[in-house]
Amino acid sequence: MTGYAVEIEDVAVRFRTKKRDVTALRDVTMRVDPGEFVAIVGPSGCGKSTLLKLSSGLLAPSSGSVKLLGESVSGPRKDVGYVFQKAALLEWRTARKNILLQAEMRGMPAKEARARADELIEMTGLTGFEDAYPHELSGGMQQRVALCRALLHRPPVLLMDEPFGALDALTREQMNVELRRIWQETKTTVLLVTHSIAEAVYLADRVVMITARPGTVAGVIEVNLPVERDYGKTMSEPEFAKATRHIRDHLGAAAVAE
Amino acid sequence: MGFTERAWRPIALLVVLFLAWWAVTAAELIEPYLVPSPGDTFDAIASRPDYFWEHTWATTYETLLGFVIAAAVGVFAAVVMVQSATVEKTLYPLLLFAQVIPKIAIAPLFVVWLGFGIGPKIVVAVLMAFFPVVISMVTGLKSVDPEMLQLSATMGAKPGQTFWKIRFPASLPHLFSGLKVAATMAVTGAVVGEFVGADAGLGFVILQANGNLDTPVLFAGLLIMSLLGVLLFVLVEWLEHLVLPWHASRRTEGVTTTL
Repeated sequence: MTGYAVEIEDVAVRFRTKKRDVTALRDVTMRVDPGEFVAIVGPSGCGKSTLLKLSSGLLAPSSGSVKLLGESVSGPRKDVGYVFQKAALLEWRTARKNILLQAEMRGMPAKEARARADELIEMTGLTGFEDAYPHELSGGMQQRVALCRALLHRPPVLLMDEPFGALDALTREQMNVELRRIWQETKTTVLLVTHSIAEAVYLADRVVMITARPGTVAGVIEVNLPVERDYGKTMSEPEFAKATRHIRDHLGAAAVAE
Repeated sequence: MGFTERAWRPIALLVVLFLAWWAVTAAELIEPYLVPSPGDTFDAIASRPDYFWEHTWATTYETLLGFVIAAAVGVFAAVVMVQSATVEKTLYPLLLFAQVIPKIAIAPLFVVWLGFGIGPKIVVAVLMAFFPVVISMVTGLKSVDPEMLQLSATMGAKPGQTFWKIRFPASLPHLFSGLKVAATMAVTGAVVGEFVGADAGLGFVILQANGNLDTPVLFAGLLIMSLLGVLLFVLVEWLEHLVLPWHASRRTEGVTTTL
C-alpha cells in the first residue's frame, strides 16, 4: 500500500496514427491523497481526459505505472465512479432507472441500491424528477442523474471529465456549489478535469496544470481557501484571485510560447 | 397530435387522386380497356370476393413469412457482424452481392430448385427484405455512445449485460426504420416470386388478368397489393410506437424542466 488514492508515475501515452506517432502525455507524475479534491486544468487536447482514462484503466500507459488505491491498474476498474461531459444517459430509462443501471451491472442487492438511489436523489435535488425521462430533463438535471449514477456504489474515487462543460454559466455555478457540498458529504476522492480556471480553484484542494501537446505537468498549486466555501464570497477572496492569476500566468504563458 | 390532425392531408390527397381517376374515366378521355373506371374495378372485386380473398391471403401469408424470416436473419447477421470485424469484412461483400443481384432474374432459378409452391416466393421476399434490416441494425448497434460503453466497463458489466441493457435497446430505433423499408420490400418480393411461377397470389391474379386484357381485375390486384404494403408498414409503425415510446421522433411536447 502506498496510501495514495491515485498514483501516476512517470507516465507517457503515445498513439499511433497512420501518418505519425502522437505523444499525448509525457513525464506525468501525479499523486492524489484519499479524500482529496484535485482539479486538472489545461487547454483542449492537452490530454487531461487521458489522465482519467489511465486512472480507471480504460487506457493503458505506453510507459510508466498507474496505481489506483495502491493497486496497479491493468484493465477497467470497478472501484471508480465516472462522469462525462455528456450525461450519457439511456433515453429509454427514467432518471431513477438510469441511476440504478450502476447497481444492475454490479449485481448490488436491489433493496440496498434503491435506498442508496433515494438518498442520492435527495442529496442532488432530483426529488420530483425521479420518474422523468432524460429528454424531459434540463442539461443540469441530466448531469445530476449522471452524478447520482456515478456515486451509487460509493466509489472511493470519483472521476469527472468536464462534467459541467456543456452547461450554461449560471447552471454551472450552481452545480459547482452543489458538487462541493456533495464532496464534503461523501468524503470521496475527486479528480476533476476542467478548462474553467475559476471552477478548478473554487472546487479543488489542489490544481494540477497541464500544458498542451505533448501534455505534461506545468505545475501544481495548493488552494488555501477554507473548507466551507460560499460561492460569491470565495470569488472575491484575495487567495482566489491569487490562485487563478497564477494558473492564468502559467497556462497563458505556455500557450503563447507554443 | 391526434389521428385526424395527422391523417387528413394524405387522406384528402387520396380522395383528390381518386376523383381524378373517376373524372378521367367518366369523361372517357382514355379507353376503358386501358384504364377502367373505379366502379368497374370495385365491381371486379365485388363479383368474385372469394377469388380475391383467396389470392390476397396467399400473398399476405408469403409476405408475412418472408418478412419475419428476413427480420430474424437480418438481426442475427447484424449482431454477428458487430461482434467481430473479421466476420463483418467476410460477410459484407456477400450480403451486398445478394442485394445487388436482380431478384427477378434469379427467381426462375428458385422455381427450378423449389418448385411452384410457396418456397420460391418466400425466398425472394426474404432476399429483398433482409438487406435493409441488416444495414439498419448494424448502424444501430454501432450508434452507441462510446462513453456509454466505457461507463459500462467501469461498472464491471459483462459483455452480455452491456449488449442487452445498452447496445440492443439503443439500436432499436434504427432497426425499426429498416423494418419499415423491409415491410414494403417483402410485398414486392412475394409478388415477384409469384410472377415467375405460381397458381395462387396477387401476382398470379395480375398475370392472368394481363393475359386476358382484363384491366379491371388487373387494377383491383394492384390496388389490393398496395393496400397490403401500406397495412404492413402501418403495423410496423404501430409496433415501433408500442416498443419504443421513448424514441425521439415519437416525442410529443415533453415537460422541460428548468434547473
